[in-house]
Amino acid sequence: MIALLVALAGGLGAVARFEVDTLVARHNRWTVPAGTLVINVTSCVLLGMVVGWVAGHPAAGDLKDVLGVGFLGGYSTFSTASVEGARLLRAGRTRAAVVHAGGMLVASLAAAWLGLAITS
Amino acid sequence: MVSRREHLRLVGLVFVGGALGTALRAGLEGAFAQPTGWPWATFGINLVGSFVLGLLLERLVRGGPDEGWRRSVRLGCGTGVLGGFTTYSTFVLEVERLVSDGETTIAVAYPLVSVVLGLVLAVAGMVVAARFTGPRRRPTTHERPAA
Repeated sequence: MIALLVALAGGLGAVARFEVDTLVARHNRWTVPAGTLVINVTSCVLLGMVVGWVAGHPAAGDLKDVLGVGFLGGYSTFSTASVEGARLLRAGRTRAAVVHAGGMLVASLAAAWLGLAITS
Repeated sequence: MVSRREHLRLVGLVFVGGALGTALRAGLEGAFAQPTGWPWATFGINLVGSFVLGLLLERLVRGGPDEGWRRSVRLGCGTGVLGGFTTYSTFVLEVERLVSDGETTIAVAYPLVSVVLGLVLAVAGMVVAARFTGPRRRPTTHERPAA
C-alpha cells in the first residue's frame, strides 16, 4: 500500500517538476537553464524539513517515504541536471557548465541544511 | 503553446512515467540502500539515469522536431520515467547525513564524483546517440533529387 502511495506521489512530483520547469523557462532571461536549479534547490529545502521533522517523530516513517522518496524524489531530478550541463559542455561553454553544476550542488546543500535547521 | 486537452495528455504521460520511475527507484533503494558509507544505490541510479537521458534526448533531437510521438516519448520517458527515477534531493540529504556521521572523506568525494561522472555519462550517452543516428537525418535515396 505504501509502495503504491510512494509511486503515485512520485508521479505528482514529476508533474510538479514539469509545470515549474515550464513556468521558470518562460521567465528565465539567463543563457543558462534555471528550471532544474529552482526545482532541485526547493526540493532540498523541503526534504531537509521533512527529514528534520521526522527525526523528532519516529512513528512518521511512512509519511517520510511518501513525501521524501515519492513526491520530492519524483520532483527533483539528477539526470536532467546532468544533461543540461552536458549540453553546455558540448557547446564549448565549459565555464557555464561548471557554474551550473557547482552552483546547483552548493545551493542545494545550503537549502537542505536550512530545511533541517528549520524543523530539527 | 498547446491546447488544454493536449496539455492534459502530456501531464498524464509525465504522471505515469514519474510514478513508474519512482517505483523503480524506491524498489532499488529498498533492496540495496545501506544506512552508512558510500550511497551506492542512489549513486548507480543517478549515473544510469544520466547516461540514458543523454542518449534518449540526443536521439530524439536528431530524429526530427519535438512534436507528435517524439514529444510524447520525451515527456513520458525522459521527464517522467528518468526524471522520476533519478533524484537530487535524496542525493543531497545523503551528503548531509555523511557529514553528520563524521564520514568526511566520503561526504566530499560522493557529491563531486556523482556530479562529474553524471556529466561525463550524459555526454557519453549523447555521443553514442550521435553514432547511431549519424550527423543529421538524411533523406532516403528515394527522396533524394536526381543529380
